[in-house]
Amino acid sequence: MSADIENKTGTTTRPAPSSTTPEPGRPRQPARGPSRYRALLRGRNRPVWEEDPNPLGLLVKGAALLLIVATVVYPLYTVVLTSLSTQADITRSGGLVTVPGGLTFAAYEQILSGGIVTRATIVSIGITVVGTVLSTTVSVLAAYGLSRPGSFAHRPILFVFLITMFFGAGMIPTYLLVSNLGLIDSYWSLILPGAVSAFNVLILRAFFMGIDRSITDAARIDGAGDWRILGQIVLPMSKAVVAVVALFYGVGYWNAFFNAMLYINDNAKWPLQLVLRSYVLQGVTLPGSGVGQVDVADGAVTGLPVKMAVMVLAIVPILVVYPLVQRHFTKGVIFGAIKG
Amino acid sequence: MTATSSPPGAPSRRRIPWTVRARRDRSLLIMVAPAVLLLAVFAYVPMLGNVVAWQDYSPYVGIRESPFIGWANFARVLTNPLFLDAVANTLVITAVQLVFFFPVPIVLALLLNSVLSPGLRTTIQSIVYLPHFFSWVIVVTIFQQIFGGAGMVATRLREAGYSGFDLMTNPDTFLLLLTAQSVWKDAGWGIIIFLAALATVDPQLYEASVVDGAGRWRRMWHVTLPALRPVIILLLILRLGDALTVGFEQLILQRGAVGTDVAEVLDTFVYYQGVVNGDWAFAAAAGLVKGLVSLALVLGANKLAHLVGEAGVYQRA
Repeated sequence: MSADIENKTGTTTRPAPSSTTPEPGRPRQPARGPSRYRALLRGRNRPVWEEDPNPLGLLVKGAALLLIVATVVYPLYTVVLTSLSTQADITRSGGLVTVPGGLTFAAYEQILSGGIVTRATIVSIGITVVGTVLSTTVSVLAAYGLSRPGSFAHRPILFVFLITMFFGAGMIPTYLLVSNLGLIDSYWSLILPGAVSAFNVLILRAFFMGIDRSITDAARIDGAGDWRILGQIVLPMSKAVVAVVALFYGVGYWNAFFNAMLYINDNAKWPLQLVLRSYVLQGVTLPGSGVGQVDVADGAVTGLPVKMAVMVLAIVPILVVYPLVQRHFTKGVIFGAIKG
Repeated sequence: MTATSSPPGAPSRRRIPWTVRARRDRSLLIMVAPAVLLLAVFAYVPMLGNVVAWQDYSPYVGIRESPFIGWANFARVLTNPLFLDAVANTLVITAVQLVFFFPVPIVLALLLNSVLSPGLRTTIQSIVYLPHFFSWVIVVTIFQQIFGGAGMVATRLREAGYSGFDLMTNPDTFLLLLTAQSVWKDAGWGIIIFLAALATVDPQLYEASVVDGAGRWRRMWHVTLPALRPVIILLLILRLGDALTVGFEQLILQRGAVGTDVAEVLDTFVYYQGVVNGDWAFAAAAGLVKGLVSLALVLGANKLAHLVGEAGVYQRA
């Protein structure tokens, strides 16, 4: 693998030359040899000091990147394709379908027309929405409340958060507590125990503390209280990091299955991930569910497309939300990770 | 600066009585209250609930009525061969992941950082981050569909005349499978922090080293890798502190298929002994041992980092 390392900032902060006029500070290389070929090979983002790329290195690097991207994309492609395939294609391929043949939405109609998958999807959506709103709100408030060193009891309260990052109570006492609170088989057992993540609070806090003090001070002089400063100044300036933290919470709620395994005994209340685990991963036939009967039913849809459709159902919300938040990652995550 | 003209939280706090400061900061205290309350109930009360580890606990009698029996549960835990197996499995998995998972994001970050086109780099980044946001159920199911007994690879092999291929139930290759799953899910996400560290390198360092005659590899060795060192050490510390925690959800999903010989780790041990078998006090003792050793590991690793002159996770502020 060729590992010529260029620097990111050195290349991205400069605008790409749009005309032939050399930019100040970035004189053009005197063209030697077949200059057009060289220019093509160098690309327009290569800094002046960097040597010309080695064609073989470029090739190896390109192949490596292609392989990495394919490793991520290919399984998703084949899962989605299988969920849309007819039985004939699945039989022909002997499992996951890789070459598109006849496409059908029958599997989706099957799982979304009532039955346990439909119910589980609704449960998952409900838990995710309620949980994310609750967690994000509570965390933003806490982060702002902790963002001013020197305020009353600032240090002890901060420690209350920090300690939970280093020492967890453990599964058994937590289970006993949830059970004693009567939350077994309650959806709140899937939300409350993990509602506050100290890590996320610290990410938010680090960001809030980075906001220029003079801005909030100016607002204070104009008579704004802390609630108003948070709502009208700090939050609008922190949309990116709040979005990232909300995504972390949301993905956490959506993906969780073990808490439901612990706390939800009634499988009519199972969230989607647990249904996915039992029906798709372990191959259990769920009693009384629309899905369970599919295996033995005649007709176009049998096990595999339905299983893959449940998978897609569990992936789609992430694919929908992810692009909206993804561009904020570096800003939100790194800021917290480095300063927190 | 007087108390009246200073903004809340100004350095003059020493002179103000605490009642005045509490009143002044009451909005902040109210804001923190819900989170503190949630942590108090769901993090701190269970910490106290660990007393069951010293009890002959019975759920029908409850924590208050169950008799205390001293260290008997801990003695049972530490002499239990299954517990020791779980410890061994956990440490082996941690070691394998440290060797085969840990370096992958660094290499990926270096590779990606060498992609000059910003558009292409952003696209690749978006794609490789994505699996981090899939649940373990999805990841394991994808692996099952590809490498399992009825999966894609097994089908092709059967067509070619080889039967019996099933990575999902093979204890011998389980470590490999676990690591591959972790790499697929999280290696891409792991590069984000390295890329950020790489972005902070002053380009002049590269220019200067080129002027001094450094080639690609020397620049990587003398400029790029030193820039990554604090991050690498930070992550190593975090990983060491987490040495006893190995992908609980990932393992509990596969423990049944591959067997407890290789897939029983500390967390799954606690779950099965406590929640499944109902030996609550025993499981709580095992969990507590794990929690305390982990705490010691984090603190120790951080101390180590300070000794070798790195910042570590936290500092005395």
